[in-house]
Amino acid sequence: MQNNLIVSPTALTLAVVLVMIALAINFKEKIGLEHDLVIGVVRAVIQLTVVGYVLTYIIRVDRLWLTALMVAIIIGNAAVNARGRANGIPHAGLISLVAISVATLLTLGFLLIAHAIAFIPSQVVPITGMIASNVMVAIGLCYRQLNAGFHDQRQAIMERLALGADQKQAAITIVRSAIRTGMAPTIDSAKTVGLVSLPGMMSGLIFAGVDPTKAIMYQIMVTFMLLGATSLGSVIAAYQAYPQFFNRDLQLR
Amino acid sequence: MPNIFALHQVNLTLEDKPILQDINLQVPTGAYLTLTGPSGSGKSTLLRVLATLLTPTSGTISFDGKPQADYPKTDYRKLVSYCFQQPSLFGDTVQDNLAFPFMIRKMDFDENRARQALQSVDLPESMLTAKITSLSGGEKQRVALIRNLLFPPKVLLLDEVTTGLDPDTKAIVHQLIETYHRQGITVIAVTHDETEVAKASTLLRLVAGRLED
Repeated sequence: MQNNLIVSPTALTLAVVLVMIALAINFKEKIGLEHDLVIGVVRAVIQLTVVGYVLTYIIRVDRLWLTALMVAIIIGNAAVNARGRANGIPHAGLISLVAISVATLLTLGFLLIAHAIAFIPSQVVPITGMIASNVMVAIGLCYRQLNAGFHDQRQAIMERLALGADQKQAAITIVRSAIRTGMAPTIDSAKTVGLVSLPGMMSGLIFAGVDPTKAIMYQIMVTFMLLGATSLGSVIAAYQAYPQFFNRDLQLR
Repeated sequence: MPNIFALHQVNLTLEDKPILQDINLQVPTGAYLTLTGPSGSGKSTLLRVLATLLTPTSGTISFDGKPQADYPKTDYRKLVSYCFQQPSLFGDTVQDNLAFPFMIRKMDFDENRARQALQSVDLPESMLTAKITSLSGGEKQRVALIRNLLFPPKVLLLDEVTTGLDPDTKAIVHQLIETYHRQGITVIAVTHDETEVAKASTLLRLVAGRLED
């Protein structure tokens, strides 16, 4: 048995059979996701291939500015995606950019200061991707919960305003609920890590032949890092987004 | 008696549809003004404009001698209290609702005051800890009303607050409103209720967004 996992082009091609199974189920059960499935597969292959070459280049040249640029691109893309889930919340792009930047860079900075990772592209870029994507998902959930809360509790908010509440007093229960929703997947996965899920990073390290105890220590760090980052991102996004539901006259838009 | 409200040429258009047109109105301090009119004539909208929950498209409104726009909204709405037709209660318990007026004033919750308020609308003190889901429509309306009156405002805006209540509950609500009115609070009530129409010191009729002479 080989110690280091190497996926050959033949093995990858054969893995397409698994996609075919998914497609066959879609056709047979008339689920209607064939189009999305094919687009998802094609995009995954293209994006990951391009990123593979880009990462190889960035790691090889090992330039500070190039690593920083890659971090900025990841954060920018995450912000664009998060904005797409805001469903019309004004300034959602800027809010997402601020929330993801602050959460990602603070967490990254902390890891660098603590010497948990080194400022080399092979460590900074994957960790940035991991943090930014988790914060992006958390913010997307926050936006969805804010939209649902302001829609479902419209009259209750108006009543609080009518009693003389300011916008924070009127919306605080919705804001708290949005932050909880944003953080829930990370907290749930922290609770079940090792019992239900063996996270990709830890599995990858073990696959690659790293001592499992070291892989687990890394995973613990990743879990803490994601808890911190998603909390920070959710709080920043929720507190910046909820005032967008009010106009200057302290009325609901 | 000075006017608590003076409205001059107030218009409100929502989505290109005129809802209020050329409203001119003087409301003397301490008046009991009743607003009637067909459904969709703009009665609730006018109350909401007075409560600053809607902003007129044009015209001026003065409150207590000063332009309405000069007041900070949170201060103004504590002075001009709007009661909804079908109020929604907050949180889990009656206490969550009666604690809210204290919370927004950054004051500690006064449980005695809340218990007295419950009694004033013929509700038992023990209801303070009751779940809001266990309340009847009439009980909810009374809790909502005392939520508005724990800190008495200068003006009480009532949007068909007795609609759907049984005669006994209606009588309790009328009595409470009357008590506050006698203390000097100006009441502006939208209603179709004949008893309320009968006790109005001023009766106004709104038709298609215009006040009838």
